Amino acid sequence: MMRRHFNFYSQYLIGVLFGFGLIISGMSNPQKILSFLDLAGNWDPSLMFVMGGAILVGLGGFYLVSKRTEAFFGGALHIPTRRDITKPLVIGGIIFGAGWGIAGFCPGPALVALGAGHLKALVFVLAMLAGMALCNRFFTGHKK
Amino acid sequence: MQIDWLAFSPGPAFFGGILLGIAAALYVILHGRILGISGIISGLLSPKEGDVSWRISLVLGLLSAPFLGSLFFDLHTSSVIDAEWIAIIIAGLLVGFGSTYGSGCTSGHGVCGLSRLSPRSLVATLSFMGAGFLTVFVIRHILGL
Repeated sequence: MMRRHFNFYSQYLIGVLFGFGLIISGMSNPQKILSFLDLAGNWDPSLMFVMGGAILVGLGGFYLVSKRTEAFFGGALHIPTRRDITKPLVIGGIIFGAGWGIAGFCPGPALVALGAGHLKALVFVLAMLAGMALCNRFFTGHKK
Repeated sequence: MQIDWLAFSPGPAFFGGILLGIAAALYVILHGRILGISGIISGLLSPKEGDVSWRISLVLGLLSAPFLGSLFFDLHTSSVIDAEWIAIIIAGLLVGFGSTYGSGCTSGHGVCGLSRLSPRSLVATLSFMGAGFLTVFVIRHILGL
């Protein structure tokens, strides 16, 4: 039971840490995302440095985990093993990217902006949930 | 191409990125899962027993980050949302549908996937980055919105 609670606190704190990362890096700001995506305009390359920092640490973390067979808090590792490149992967990516380019929000930053009290972020998150439900409802069986 | 030197913030961007990487690394080491926000949220829509509370814990963490940041670290969450309401709704639908259909978003494919050198995540990341660049180009430079 203790362990169960500890598990939830840990998940919560990791969520907070990820949120801090998004806030400090400026990625919770759609305006900054759109400035990165606007190659032909007044370009802000900051997002590349965010990815660079994240992947630098991430490489180490995932290397460590590749030596293990279970999670530190117990239980199996839930790490995808697929390596096949499929149409849904590319088409889903393109659809997601189009939405990202329209508003400058992806799921994590939208939740952070919602937490900061932005009404538009709330509407975005509700629409995002609807889009997810739509996909789960009609396409989950075809997810290859 | 012209760089916006006033907005460009490599220091905070890199430091924030390191925090994202630490969160993703801690998550996979402690909990054995990919820190992919779209997947964690969409799993809440088809809840299974014992699979709900941990997802909610993580989402609550993200939601409370702005408040805790301002309370303890004098961290200001800046979020300038220029898109019109209708654009917000369309974008939300596309982001939700696309990230679920494509098995991930910027965190799951971009940060975690590239960190574990997954070929699928590289393809997905190139797809959404490319589509993002193209969409902004069309909106700003062709439609002139």
